[in-house]
Amino acid sequence: MTASAAPACPTLVVDRLKIVGVPSMAVIIDEISLEVRPGEILGVVGESGSGKTTLGLALLNYCKSGTRVDDGSVTVGNEDLAKLDWRAVRQLRGRTVAYIPQSPASALNPALRIGTQLQECLSGSAETVLSRVREVLREVALPDDDAFLQRYPHQLSGGQQQRVAIAMAFVARPALIVLDEPTTGLDVSTQEHVLRTVRDMCLNYRCAAVYISHDMAVVAELADRIAVMYSGRVVEIGDTADVLADPRHPYTRRLLLAVPDLEARRPMLGIPGHAPSPLARPTGCAFAPRCPMAEEHHATEAPAPVDVGPRHTVRCHKAHLRLPPVSVSELPRPVSAAAAGQPVIEVRSLQAGYGPIRVLRDIDLSVQAGECVALLGESGSGKTTLSRCIAGLHTDFTGELLLDGDPVPASSFKRSRDQRRRIQYIFQNPYESLNPRRTVGELILQPLRALHGRVADPAEVVARALEQASLRPDHAYRYPAQLSGGERQRVAIARALAAEPEVLVCDEITSALDVSVQSSLVELLRQLQSRMGLTLLFITHNIALVRNIAQRVAVLEAGRIVELGAVEDVFARPQHAYTRSLMQATPNFQLPPGLHTPVVSTATSDAR
Amino acid sequence: MSAVPVDIAAAPAAPTVPVQGKIGLLRRALQRKRTWIGLVLSLLVLLVAFLGPFLTPHSPTAFVAPPFTPAGSEAAAFGTDILGRDVLSRFLAGGRTLMVLALLATAVGVGLGAAIGVIAAYLRGWADEVLMRTGDVALAFPQIVLALLFLSIIGPKLWLLVLMVALGHLPRVARVVRGAALSVVERDFVRAAESVGIPRWRIMLGEIVPNISSTLAVEFGLRLTYSIGLVAGLSFLGLGLQPPTADWGLMINENRIALTVQPWAVILPVIAIAVLTVGTNLVTDGLAKAAVGSDSGVRA
Repeated sequence: MTASAAPACPTLVVDRLKIVGVPSMAVIIDEISLEVRPGEILGVVGESGSGKTTLGLALLNYCKSGTRVDDGSVTVGNEDLAKLDWRAVRQLRGRTVAYIPQSPASALNPALRIGTQLQECLSGSAETVLSRVREVLREVALPDDDAFLQRYPHQLSGGQQQRVAIAMAFVARPALIVLDEPTTGLDVSTQEHVLRTVRDMCLNYRCAAVYISHDMAVVAELADRIAVMYSGRVVEIGDTADVLADPRHPYTRRLLLAVPDLEARRPMLGIPGHAPSPLARPTGCAFAPRCPMAEEHHATEAPAPVDVGPRHTVRCHKAHLRLPPVSVSELPRPVSAAAAGQPVIEVRSLQAGYGPIRVLRDIDLSVQAGECVALLGESGSGKTTLSRCIAGLHTDFTGELLLDGDPVPASSFKRSRDQRRRIQYIFQNPYESLNPRRTVGELILQPLRALHGRVADPAEVVARALEQASLRPDHAYRYPAQLSGGERQRVAIARALAAEPEVLVCDEITSALDVSVQSSLVELLRQLQSRMGLTLLFITHNIALVRNIAQRVAVLEAGRIVELGAVEDVFARPQHAYTRSLMQATPNFQLPPGLHTPVVSTATSDAR
Repeated sequence: MSAVPVDIAAAPAAPTVPVQGKIGLLRRALQRKRTWIGLVLSLLVLLVAFLGPFLTPHSPTAFVAPPFTPAGSEAAAFGTDILGRDVLSRFLAGGRTLMVLALLATAVGVGLGAAIGVIAAYLRGWADEVLMRTGDVALAFPQIVLALLFLSIIGPKLWLLVLMVALGHLPRVARVVRGAALSVVERDFVRAAESVGIPRWRIMLGEIVPNISSTLAVEFGLRLTYSIGLVAGLSFLGLGLQPPTADWGLMINENRIALTVQPWAVILPVIAIAVLTVGTNLVTDGLAKAAVGSDSGVRA
């Protein structure tokens, strides 16, 4: 799919672009140089805080308030964006450069009909405008009749909204299109459709595209070229095939290894350490503190870009060296407990809903002690409602909920202390689930104090919980705002562990976090399961995660469990059409062999 | 080699973000000039009100010279009032009660109003409806009319004055606080507290109230400004302190007929009340500007 254009005239040229915060002068992105040719899709991959959205907006000659371009230039076609006056910039946006933001729901004006929104960027006679609008709607596989043009955004599904946003971007035949995580928040099947639309449209229009994403699997499937961003710089850029086959920057490789394998044939690997804060980017190589090959002077000397192949550039002091293999030791996989024995949690013919709306029907599920059961489903399938029923946070349900064979009241307020202790719940978003006005230590003690009143030795309890969640002892005195997303989620896990639970209900606990953090959290949970014999109920929409952590899986569709069984069986021989369609829609991200050498050890290696 | 790539080994200093707490709010408010001006103005009047009673040259109720002695005379620096009492002494002595009454009324009003707002936001359902609809009815009456009604029925008692001003604030504070609390109530850390069975009253005090502290601070400042005006106004109408006590509101009322002859007896208390109101308003404004984004959306 690589464009066969004359390589001499790229659509977009970014040259040593530098954007700083005002008035702090903190460097947000620096020394960004890249080019995109007509019909080419450049995937920009990076974790949160790497500056990828700032870069995307700069391509529209837009800087968020509190930031400004300090150096460098952005050239689209033959025009240097910095030299345009505001009138020309207005002409540029939407016509020469189009933007598709992350959330289609907030990108479309809820008060305007679809037809009106699509016509906004066009000028000319009413007839030509309308026929152009219909044409572009057909191209994104939406209906083009008057009834559809009369609709409002809220009358469309999320996927349709995103396709309208794509149509809006392409309607004026732009030369360059910037997509900022356009599929985040969409279900895999919708995502697949949107991605295909984007690719077809770019090819049709010979339009250059910059696709910003944190999801390596998506970018690998879509993009012709990949730029990997770390701490405000592009650390590696090259053709997708080259970067995937032979990543030359250590960060790129760790990022690739952090993507969970759909078939769970290799273990998930997080990246140790933290990315530097965007407020204090280091002068030297930003990856040095996490890099196995780093030497002392790397922390102060910025590496220069090195060409390692055709259109393949790496910013690393040791770009010429082969990367040493990452050695991996694997925990023994807990085998599924024998079906005999009393299940810890049993749900019988559960029906739940919100008022008159039923979201769960006839749910029967049992979880054995020590196993990990995954609830797999897309948004709206009722998986979170089911987990909240079990945790006592959703009381509008009928049916039986048994803990060790004893019925449990619906509301957590009506449950006994012991029942509350035994089931602990971890929320999806660690930015929401920790009270910002309490220190980590207080947060960890909170459930204990609620359950037992006074805690005999609070310092020791906190220290132990922090250690179990792989946090440092001094984290106890921090506030949540001082922690990264992954650390916050570890605090939430530590809080749950401090209560000494038997069942841990994890509701999409990695979906708000970066992929490198996700891997280490999953590793932590697996470790807890095998060491402490914890029972896990793991709610997710991600098949790869299910295969990496769970022993059994329940697939939920529209409030019903459509398939339930051992993970290997379900994914090897999916019985239900829905399971099959889910598996098909998920991008299957395969790494070339030799990127890692797994050292599988059967003995449980001692953590720290 | 550890099984888990543990963060600890290679962790450099974790990203540090300044903590946003009550201290942070005050510090950020003090970065604005208006907050400083407001603080200086308010403190000036507060100093006069609280230290004044000890600095009076004469007894505030003693007759020192003939009525309407002009300012600058030997006996009275700012002249005498309609009955021949020293204006300066009455001014210095007459502010303390006003301050105490206004502060008390504000504390009671904002305290109860906040409690009602948080309860309504957290419990929702019928409790929310009953509390807020009752508040709506109370809002239909102008604050001063309600106070006038009860003060004229029961009589000008100080406790009643405080209570009426406080009750007037109640529905207004409750509305604002409920609005601020609603966004906090929806957040997951409240669910987390519920799931381990923390009693509801402790969830309200420990989880919700600390997260609306900036709203509360702003609301307190705003209501204090209103309280000062209301208490002074009610005194002026003769429903507060009774003669012959020295009081700024009373002074304005007693001497307003002589405004052209001896203006100081009116001007001094008017200036003090005006300066105080402007001062508290400026401080509140600074707090409000600093509080933007510090309550509900604390995200990295």
